[in-house]
Amino acid sequence: MNRLQEILQSVREETESLDFPGPRKWKQANPDGRCVGFFPVYCPVEILDAAGVLPVALFGGGEQIEVELADARVQSFICSISRSTLELGLTDRLDFMDGMLFGSLCDVARNLSGVWARNFPDTYCDYLHFPQNLASDQAMDFYVHDLKRLAGDMAQLSGKSWSDEDLALSLDRYESLRARLRKLQQIRCQEPWRLSLEEFYCLLRAAGRRKVEAYIPVLDEVISILEKRDCRPVDGIRVVLEGSFCEQPSLELIRSLDQAHCFVVESDLARGMCWFQEPIQRSDDPWLDLARAYFKHAEASVVRHRDPQERSQRLLQRVQDSGAEGVIFCTAKFCEPAFYDFVLHKRVLEQADVPYIAVEFEEKMSNFESIRTQAETFSESILFFGEEAMA
Amino acid sequence: MSQSYLHQGSGQKLQRKLLGDWYQNLQEAPQRGEKVAYLFISGNIGELLQACGFHLVYPEVNALQCGIKKVAGPNILSAEDLGYSGDVCGYVKNDIGLLTGGNQMPQGTVLPPPDLLVCNYAGCATYLRWFEALAEFYQAEMVVVDVPYLRGTDGPTAEEKAYVERQLRELVTVCERITGQEFDPEAYRQAVARSAQTEDLWVDILQSAKRKPSPIDAYFEAVFFMAPIYVMRGTEACLDYYRAVKEEIDERVQRGIGPLAREEVRILMEGPPAWPHFRRFWEMFKKWGAVSVASTYSKVGGVWDLGFRHDPDRPFESMAEYMLGCYTNRNWGMRSDMLKSYAEEYEADALVIHSVKSCRSFSVGQADLREQFIREYDIPTLFIESDLADPRYFAEAQMKNRIDAFFEALKHRRVTAQV
Ligand code: SF4
Ligand code: SF4
Repeated sequence: MNRLQEILQSVREETESLDFPGPRKWKQANPDGRCVGFFPVYCPVEILDAAGVLPVALFGGGEQIEVELADARVQSFICSISRSTLELGLTDRLDFMDGMLFGSLCDVARNLSGVWARNFPDTYCDYLHFPQNLASDQAMDFYVHDLKRLAGDMAQLSGKSWSDEDLALSLDRYESLRARLRKLQQIRCQEPWRLSLEEFYCLLRAAGRRKVEAYIPVLDEVISILEKRDCRPVDGIRVVLEGSFCEQPSLELIRSLDQAHCFVVESDLARGMCWFQEPIQRSDDPWLDLARAYFKHAEASVVRHRDPQERSQRLLQRVQDSGAEGVIFCTAKFCEPAFYDFVLHKRVLEQADVPYIAVEFEEKMSNFESIRTQAETFSESILFFGEEAMA
Repeated sequence: MSQSYLHQGSGQKLQRKLLGDWYQNLQEAPQRGEKVAYLFISGNIGELLQACGFHLVYPEVNALQCGIKKVAGPNILSAEDLGYSGDVCGYVKNDIGLLTGGNQMPQGTVLPPPDLLVCNYAGCATYLRWFEALAEFYQAEMVVVDVPYLRGTDGPTAEEKAYVERQLRELVTVCERITGQEFDPEAYRQAVARSAQTEDLWVDILQSAKRKPSPIDAYFEAVFFMAPIYVMRGTEACLDYYRAVKEEIDERVQRGIGPLAREEVRILMEGPPAWPHFRRFWEMFKKWGAVSVASTYSKVGGVWDLGFRHDPDRPFESMAEYMLGCYTNRNWGMRSDMLKSYAEEYEADALVIHSVKSCRSFSVGQADLREQFIREYDIPTLFIESDLADPRYFAEAQMKNRIDAFFEALKHRRVTAQV
């Protein structure tokens, strides 16, 4: 096995395993260390990292888990990720974690924070309210205060006193991480055959489970190997995948898209791993820097209200910038925020003549044939009409 | 209700007239050149917007009316034709369907379009998505008043209050720009003073259910009685309305009259009603002599029975506190404590949870609440599911079976407890 295969195997394992190998290994090596999990989408991980806490991105249980205990606590018409995340907790698979964070992305996640608090009364659990009125003069003060409150809690949990300087260093580390993730995204966008969607995705997912300073050199290695990777261009259409910012499609579904020659060159998969559109601008106040980045440079997302039209316009821009020929809306069943966005997005895409399809998935899905067929038909129709338009 | 009495039905009749006049007045507002703001019920700021010169439209109330009048189904289907999923809130889809069909309410009046969308984002994230859609469909301006979710059990923090209050003051500037009219602080203060008086009356009415038998059904009746305090709080007409309802309830108390001929079981209700099948839904409980003595849905627009009042000496601050404290903006610990204290204060025999698919804000966590009530508190709890807007989710026979089985078992439990 070459080095690239070795790395890819370990990040794939991190993505698929319900045992959280990365965080567990870290905790074994750092018995006094603390791990705090966070439910998607966004979490200001820099604050956790600065306090010496390992942030652990949770993405539900995927297809591996049977939801049994959580069934009695969360109704069946609620998205899989909320049910399977609770199941992970109730089946002690998260027993290495010292706390859990939820954020204001939707009412499901918000209320789940309460269910969590009741079912795990002995572990730290908090809910972060990310401002939704970014135009208010007071919003920044409110947010910075809340970040500091979280920082206080993290310091208490880790027993480590830390300074603004530590936060500034953590901002640097995560900036470096995001630069690598953007580079991978760029490789994928330019030559999708150089890095499959599955490989890209697993590398992205593992970014939420590894100590940031340890993962950066791994990504550097991957990038340098990829640049020399022996591969031949493959025919296919270029698409943007939208709607999988929170609950994640399975690797099988992700593979189906590549197999259908629908090359996802841009997506909102695991959006929180690379939440900022551009590098965080730095000043001598790291708190304000982090808060300002949330206000100004966060990727347009349905979980952060700014301007109602901003998100659809941004989607269109992403289609244009990535040279995509269409959009695949890939939405988790019961994910209300994504469904609302779909209606607004599709109006804008229709006006701009951008073709799209919509597929729905669940964590425990076993038959991908229909999605593969839909993607193939979509790809063929774009190739056919594309050629026809050129003739 | 077994016997007739002087004030019988006066609250209901007056409510019908008030809402009828309200919709008529709304319809005519654009002809008079007056501005219209849309807003939500939970944590609503009607007093403030009215003092800014706006007429108010509450899309949730429209959805509720459509549900009761049985036109929500077709509206929902129209919205689904536009691409809305079967799995999103039926209130939103009703509203979008209503809009695309010409905005005519079932009673005939037409809703004016918004000059301003005020998203009082208190307790429901769908509010944001809903008004984002309306902003697009109407091409109207949207302002968010962001209300942070309450976390601890100590109520809102100073920072949370300051953030909300500041936004309310900022909103006034936007309103003045749109109406071209200066904000009237004195009118606002007076409205807030009337709100506080109205809230006193409403709390008295709701708390009358502590009596045995209860003179009021604090769910099936209260959800109608509550409409004016949510829609037109702060007005003279609203205050008069609650005086009238209070007289009706006082007379019921004097004469020992309750909502049913005989009160057999006292229940707590959590969750919104099944509006499209309201009558049949209630019948299922009436059959067992079940009277709701307290409910959370009747607090959805404001939790006053725990002590909060709007304060004319601090009109902005108290408005911010009101928004922060609304029911679905309270964390689950606070929500379950509230229900637990109701169980004790109102001497309830059981908790009934009506979990509606549309409203995740209400429903996510209710299954866990059932676990808590049964296992920790040993309070018999019935869990039923349907919807508050979409008639397709009402499985009548199944629901009836569950309700019958529950009350049968409850009866049995009482008998065995007495032995
Ligand atoms: S999948 Fe959608 S509905 Fe579920 S928690 Fe995530 S954002 Fe909320
Ligand atoms: S989710 Fe619930 S509170 Fe929110 S708009 Fe729908 S019915 Fe109203």
